[in-house]
Amino acid sequence: MSDFLLFDEEFHLIKDVISRLKTDAQAKVVFIVDKNGQQIAAQGDIESLDTTSLASLTAGNVAATDGLAKLIGEKEFPVLFHEGERDNVYIAIVGQRVILVVIFDEHSSLGLVRLRVRKATQDLEKIFDTIQKKVETEKDRKDLDSPFAEITDEDIDSLFRD
Amino acid sequence: MTFINYAAREINCKIVFYGPGLCGKTTNLQYIYDRTNPSAKGKLISLATETDRTLFFDFLPLDLGTVRGFKTRFHLYTVPGQVFYDASRKLILKGVDGVVFVADSQEARMDANVESLRNLEKNLKEHGFDLATIPYVLQLNKRDLPTAVAVDELFRQLNFKGEPTFEACAPQGTGVFDTLKAVAKQVLMELRKK
Repeated sequence: MSDFLLFDEEFHLIKDVISRLKTDAQAKVVFIVDKNGQQIAAQGDIESLDTTSLASLTAGNVAATDGLAKLIGEKEFPVLFHEGERDNVYIAIVGQRVILVVIFDEHSSLGLVRLRVRKATQDLEKIFDTIQKKVETEKDRKDLDSPFAEITDEDIDSLFRD
Repeated sequence: MTFINYAAREINCKIVFYGPGLCGKTTNLQYIYDRTNPSAKGKLISLATETDRTLFFDFLPLDLGTVRGFKTRFHLYTVPGQVFYDASRKLILKGVDGVVFVADSQEARMDANVESLRNLEKNLKEHGFDLATIPYVLQLNKRDLPTAVAVDELFRQLNFKGEPTFEACAPQGTGVFDTLKAVAKQVLMELRKK
């Protein structure tokens, strides 16, 4: 299985899309997670949020729901919605690869979020297609130095020194 | 599937602790959590039943430091060990970079160890991974119990490919960091090959 690489250019494009989505949907937080639970980008009031845990739990949630879908003969459930007393979470799968999460409160509405997410999803799909293509072509490029190509035992040991 | 973020200069790897029910997977994570500097760890999340059995997974994010200018993050997961949670177990292996198999040294758990190891091999295969090639470490846990089987015997039954094998006593921490270090090292070495 190939690794997932994220480059500066696409990272900024993704940031732009979710930043716009946050404004348009009047959301509190928008973030993107890969299906393995690793956060790709986040926008909004994330200071008070444990985004690493959120990413992992979101991916677990989506994975469990995917499993449920397959059990009843569905391909996937592309949208999940959790309604809370104050805050709500809207989760959408983008191009079967990554997960878009929108957290919003009474300043927005499910209808508005759904509408804006639809547009953002299309934009994000294009960006992730580009990343996929890039990863495929970069794989054969010898000049793209992997930061780990020359890693030594000493480097690794230094990580565990304390 | 390692996630290399060139934009944030970060690398994220996923390590899964596998093994039969009550072998000490969660205890390994708990010990790592307790002994890690607060700045280097996130929250330990446990999705467990009311009786503290793992229901879906435990999760612990660890920042190991910087290698070649890249922040190295390891996401540690455990699976639910009980046989009937196989569907959940399979989900956790998605995108895994390295596996630790925690074996229970007690004689009465030998069959459970073997069954869990076979289950690991099968579930990895379903995600397109091969136990023979994936970074992998064996931990022989509960060495302090009087009913523990001799190490040679466990090694003969469970060591799959000459993988690094550590004796452990997870509540006291014996062997816990050695195990983590060995698997992390293999994962990072694997990146060098790519």
